[in-house]
Amino acid sequence: MSKSVLYDEPGPKTLRLERNASIAVGALIAVGLVFVIIGMAGRGLFDDRWLVFTDPPKGQTAGDVWGSLGRGLRATLTAAAVAAPVAFALAFLLAILRTSGSRWVSRPVTWLIEFLRGMPVLLMMFFGLLAFGLSAFAAVAFGLILYNSAIMAEILRAGLAALPKGQVEAGTALGLTRWQTMRLIQLPQVVRLMLPSLISQLVVLLKDSSLGFIVGYPELLRTMQLNYSFFGDKYRFPLFVVVLIIYLAVNITLTRVAILVERRLGARGQSGRVATTALPPEAEPEPLGRA
Amino acid sequence: MDSVIEALPVYLDGFRLTLYLAAISGALSLVLGTVLAAFRVSPLRSLRLIGTLVVEVGRNTPLTLVFIFFVFILPGIGIILPLGTLPAIIALTVYTSAFVCEAVRSGINSVGIGQAEAARAIGLGSVQTLTLVVLPQALRTVVPPLINVLIALTKNTSVAAGFAVVELTATGRGLARDYPADVIWMLLGVAFFYLVITIPAGAIAGSIERRVVFSR
Repeated sequence: MSKSVLYDEPGPKTLRLERNASIAVGALIAVGLVFVIIGMAGRGLFDDRWLVFTDPPKGQTAGDVWGSLGRGLRATLTAAAVAAPVAFALAFLLAILRTSGSRWVSRPVTWLIEFLRGMPVLLMMFFGLLAFGLSAFAAVAFGLILYNSAIMAEILRAGLAALPKGQVEAGTALGLTRWQTMRLIQLPQVVRLMLPSLISQLVVLLKDSSLGFIVGYPELLRTMQLNYSFFGDKYRFPLFVVVLIIYLAVNITLTRVAILVERRLGARGQSGRVATTALPPEAEPEPLGRA
Repeated sequence: MDSVIEALPVYLDGFRLTLYLAAISGALSLVLGTVLAAFRVSPLRSLRLIGTLVVEVGRNTPLTLVFIFFVFILPGIGIILPLGTLPAIIALTVYTSAFVCEAVRSGINSVGIGQAEAARAIGLGSVQTLTLVVLPQALRTVVPPLINVLIALTKNTSVAAGFAVVELTATGRGLARDYPADVIWMLLGVAFFYLVITIPAGAIAGSIERRVVFSR
């Protein structure tokens, strides 16, 4: 392990002690796990209920089960794929307007962003569903677009603020207009600088699409529920485990991509220092952005 | 607009429940998240492994799925939680702990290694190094992201609306049904109550953050 501020570099004696303690704790955890697994087996969690994925009851085929889960996953990904580019485009607009020189533009846009950021995504979906009479899919997309455009706008703004001042000055010195400076000099750098944060935000967006479960959009979780209501309660657990694995696989892949992108940008000598002050990736849907 | 004022007592009931959910699960996840963070920075490899595993799963699972686990799946295998707010509190706590852990951990990591080295060089023991040098700096750095995590938690309590807990968002849904002519106003009323919590909290986080940045 790398050096830590919390304790001294261990000597050979401490290393041995740590290794033994680690093994002891690991064994303790393993014993705990064994008990949990025995308990689960006692509740029949490892019986024939898993056959729902290979040879399901009620005259269904394995293809039917996987097919319906696949359609659920596709619905989840569709909502995210529709919402993400629109939110991104809107975020550009909001970020540019917010950093506008005119107070008459930047003030109201600031309020709008604060308003959108301070509300739960689910509430926005209800706005779409109940107030504007949108379909369930459109309501999900509506909520995801509005919320994430505000968050991404703040990410972009943090990036704009982090760029060295000389960039804009150089643009002005060349005789570019403000908009040309933005388009040709600032935005290309900002997008590259903030790409990891933007990708992490995609994970949040994808996770939030699961709120479609509540507003009645037949995404992955709703499909899972339909499946176990059809096959019976004993199939709840296996279906849950598979859906959890699907989500973890998709999200962890996206997170890995974000880390990879961050590393590549760092290796190219793009100042990673600026990128890290802008947004901790763990800040969930509430990035700092107020720097 | 009048109907919003008419519905004020209903809003306040929902608001109270939202605050209750946020406060209880916030306090619990601060504790649980700090324990997880301690796991993740511990010298014991097995503890670090467990911590990492829990946090990775927690951060990559949608909150709705966590709710489904505690509301539908656990009872399905015979572990029955009492109905009402308890499953919601557990789900929110489990989910938020992962984010608290990451905030605390990055706070600890933000203290430069030179700080600990300097402390040892002037003859402080390991306890003194921790309590006098490392923790004071780590805590200051950690407060703004923690506030942001708690803001996210406050907004996340809305997911409970999908699981038979009548907090603010569910209240809004009910009011939208009861006052079909004023749906937009009714939902804006709900938004107002969320903003009352989230905007001031965000401003506090921002100002603390600016001060911490300058003090470095």
